Amino acid sequence: MSIATPPVNVLKASDFASDQDPRWCPGCGDYAILAQTKKVLAKIGADRSKTVFISGIGCSSRFPYYMNTYGFHSIHGRAPTLVTGLKLANPGLTVWMVTGDGDALSIGGNHLIHMIRRNVDVKILLFNNRIYGLTKGQYSPTSEHGKKTKSTPMGSPDMPVRPISIAIAAEASFAARAIDIDVKHLEYVLERAAHHKGSAFVEIYQNCNIFNDGAYSYATDKQSKSDTTLYLEHGKPMRFGKELDKAIRVNQMRPEIVNVKDVPADELLIHDEKAPNPTLAFMLSRMRHPDFPEPLGVFRAVDQERYAQLVRSQSEQAVQRLGKGDLQALLRGSETWTV
Amino acid sequence: MSIATEPAGPDGSSSSSDISTKPRKSLPAVTIRFAGDSGDGMQLAGTQFTDTSALLGNDISTLPDYPAEIRAPAGTLAGVSGYQIHFSSNDIFTPGDEVDALVAMNPAALRTNLKSVKTGGIVIVNEDSFTAVDLKKAQYTANPLEDGSLGRYRLVKVPIDKLNAAATADTGLGAKDTDRCKNMFALGLVYWLYGRPLDATLGYINKKFAKKPQVATANTKALRAGYNFGITTELFQEHYEVPKAKLASGLYRKITGNEAVALGMVAAAHLAGKELIYCSYPITPASDILHELSAQKNFGVMTFQAEDEIAAMGAAIGVAFGGALAATGTSGPGLALKGEAIGLAVMTELPVVIVDVQRGGPSTGLPTKTEQADLLQAMFGRNGECPVPILAATSASDCFSAMVEAFTIATRYMTPVLFLSDGYIANGAEPWLVPEVDKLPKITIHHPTAANDEAGFMPYQRNEDGARPWALPGTPGLEHRIGGLEKQDVTGNVSYDPANHERMIHLRAQKVAEIKPAGPAYLWNGPQSGDVLLVGWGSTYGAIRAAVQQLVEEGVSVASCQIRYLNPLPEQLGEMMKRFKHILSPEMNLGQLRMLLRAKFLVDVQGLNKVRGQPFTISEITRGVHALLRGNLDGHMVTVNDGPAPRIEPIDDEG
Repeated sequence: MSIATPPVNVLKASDFASDQDPRWCPGCGDYAILAQTKKVLAKIGADRSKTVFISGIGCSSRFPYYMNTYGFHSIHGRAPTLVTGLKLANPGLTVWMVTGDGDALSIGGNHLIHMIRRNVDVKILLFNNRIYGLTKGQYSPTSEHGKKTKSTPMGSPDMPVRPISIAIAAEASFAARAIDIDVKHLEYVLERAAHHKGSAFVEIYQNCNIFNDGAYSYATDKQSKSDTTLYLEHGKPMRFGKELDKAIRVNQMRPEIVNVKDVPADELLIHDEKAPNPTLAFMLSRMRHPDFPEPLGVFRAVDQERYAQLVRSQSEQAVQRLGKGDLQALLRGSETWTV
Repeated sequence: MSIATEPAGPDGSSSSSDISTKPRKSLPAVTIRFAGDSGDGMQLAGTQFTDTSALLGNDISTLPDYPAEIRAPAGTLAGVSGYQIHFSSNDIFTPGDEVDALVAMNPAALRTNLKSVKTGGIVIVNEDSFTAVDLKKAQYTANPLEDGSLGRYRLVKVPIDKLNAAATADTGLGAKDTDRCKNMFALGLVYWLYGRPLDATLGYINKKFAKKPQVATANTKALRAGYNFGITTELFQEHYEVPKAKLASGLYRKITGNEAVALGMVAAAHLAGKELIYCSYPITPASDILHELSAQKNFGVMTFQAEDEIAAMGAAIGVAFGGALAATGTSGPGLALKGEAIGLAVMTELPVVIVDVQRGGPSTGLPTKTEQADLLQAMFGRNGECPVPILAATSASDCFSAMVEAFTIATRYMTPVLFLSDGYIANGAEPWLVPEVDKLPKITIHHPTAANDEAGFMPYQRNEDGARPWALPGTPGLEHRIGGLEKQDVTGNVSYDPANHERMIHLRAQKVAEIKPAGPAYLWNGPQSGDVLLVGWGSTYGAIRAAVQQLVEEGVSVASCQIRYLNPLPEQLGEMMKRFKHILSPEMNLGQLRMLLRAKFLVDVQGLNKVRGQPFTISEITRGVHALLRGNLDGHMVTVNDGPAPRIEPIDDEG
């Protein structure tokens, strides 16, 4: 008898599209992210029946309806809680969570932190458009200080949060950033996230062309983007600029911009996404336009034990130590008497 | 009641031979209460007395009563912790109305508990603690041990501090450690008084302090010293016994409501052939369920201590979506936080059991005290038309069967289920006839593996029960999306169509309205018609049932109906109520069931309402019935203050 190779059911990106038409505004950055996600799923040979998309509330959270996988469009901010429960029930599923800056960082900020610190095995796509889109234009937790919106006619008095800083502070084992219109790089980052075991946090700069158009024009504009962004590569110096003529150096624990030709090569900061200590990743998360180029790519990717696996291994240990539970004995308890 | 003439038998442990010739009197039932500072170990003394009495074969019912503060300032009224035990040779249903014997470890304990003691009752006080300082903390202006104010009681002054110190002096422990044994001295004394053996508590001490032999020795010595003090002291002229109760034959154990909830969940998982994942955030008085379940990991039980109440509910929904048995537990404030997510479980029609161990509200309220004021929250506390079936357990042991029923309903009808318990039955203990696992009903669950329609899988196509299919992620070909937005009938796609929305609202309402109970929908006691029907729900069962028994003996025409299934309410209840002249609903709230009954059945239900953080006594209910029959009504309520003030009261008015 010969051993036949089972036929591989190769799916195309379009096989991951559901029968529902996306209802995002024409020109929304979400379309590009949807397209790249489907492409990555096809590329990594994802099994539709074992893939689940879970979201909260907001424009981005419509995402699961457009995927021909299992999906759950939950309630505002609570997607991480459903993800955690689902992974406990069935760790074999591949779970993607789709969220936005309001959903993840405002109403759901608490859950996001705790899911990441537990290292629940999930890919988190945070669409950061720095505005509330679905409720039509209020400022979000990532809106700039002083930003004028419908709810802040005199400018936002809030200081914005930095999503990757929060993820790193919550002990993220994986944190990365991409931009919606740089589709090649977005695909790379999504693929990296797909392969990560544990909480893979991806901030995606996403343009809301209705309520916050041009929020990232500094980072997407052909003229300026090479000076305002920095593509991280593991083991390589952090160089940027049209001719890669500029770089980052650390001086007295603070990053500074240097001209490559002015400083010895060994003084340039080398990216290390696997550094056990998260200090470097955190420092990178603080680099903000216009003072610094904003890093894109994988900030941090380290191996950590995953939550559902840990919980289940405790159950296995308990069975090894005590044997499989005997319900009748449990109901009897330790002290009984007969009447 | 008979007085035994023979000298007491060897009722102590083997080494405590009772040489006393004091007469022993047999009593049918006794209620005692241990009261002291929250650091005095009164809860432990109480549970040990309960265990020993249960093992002796008495029927038991207990009422732990402790402050919300872990350690309120020592000696103050706020810091008093009590544990009441009713033990009997008959069937009993409550922890007892009046206390036969009170142990008060300090003046504050005496002051806050004396009201509960019946005239002629025994009051054992630790006279060493009646110092000027402690008397002042208890707001006594004169020493009650000396001013004659305790003349109604049989006062027994025992220098417990000194006797305990002497008994434990040669154990090598410091004074601070030996002082902590005085609860054992008090327990030993009460064991002698009621003819209980020391064995069970000695066994407990040796197990608990196996690694601290000095502490074990000190506690053992204190316990024996207390017992022997009873034999030799002139303070007691007699002691007592309470014979075994005549319970249905079988194997018994002691159980609290929270334990029974946890065991019910483990049993439900076993009966369904599923794993159980319990998601919860710590909250009084529900946390013990989390503790119990976290110790059952070898039963396919997992626990998730969430970051907050909302996360606990959200995770439970995720668990249900993934196909395991999902449960969460909380108290009133937590139920309020879970409301939105419960709505999501209603919309996505996923099975989750939500336990609410009710406590005094509103807001933080009285965290350690009991109340039944979450019924309307359970019924209506969500946005939109959001029906959820509600079960209420009637006793500690009923929590077990009601929990198995809750999972049966949740999985059969694909719905979240609210399970109501309260602080009284959650912490109170009673004997439980241990069920045989093989005789418990199986929970049948079906997960589809193939499409249910030519056009593909329809996640909202319903079966004859109105339930949608429970298709699990990981099943090839059944990929589908669910969520909180309104669903198109059958397909489950998002739909904003007005007619569809109305249809779905009706379908969800109808599904819950037509639920068939998985156990008794109500418990009935007494005749089918008459003058008064008492309609209650939840933990008031014991007091109502005992009150009916007493009233029937007095010749009153009365019956009771304790509702277990509060949503949907038993349809036949409307007709049944019409066979009585008066309907009276005793509740630990201002009339929530009464409001539902009046609305649904258009019956003139009167209320007997108490919201003092304490369960009803039997006499409060009998007095309420008499007041009703005298026409003594205040609006639609009979007030419990109609007669003398309620007996069980933590702190008097000056407190």
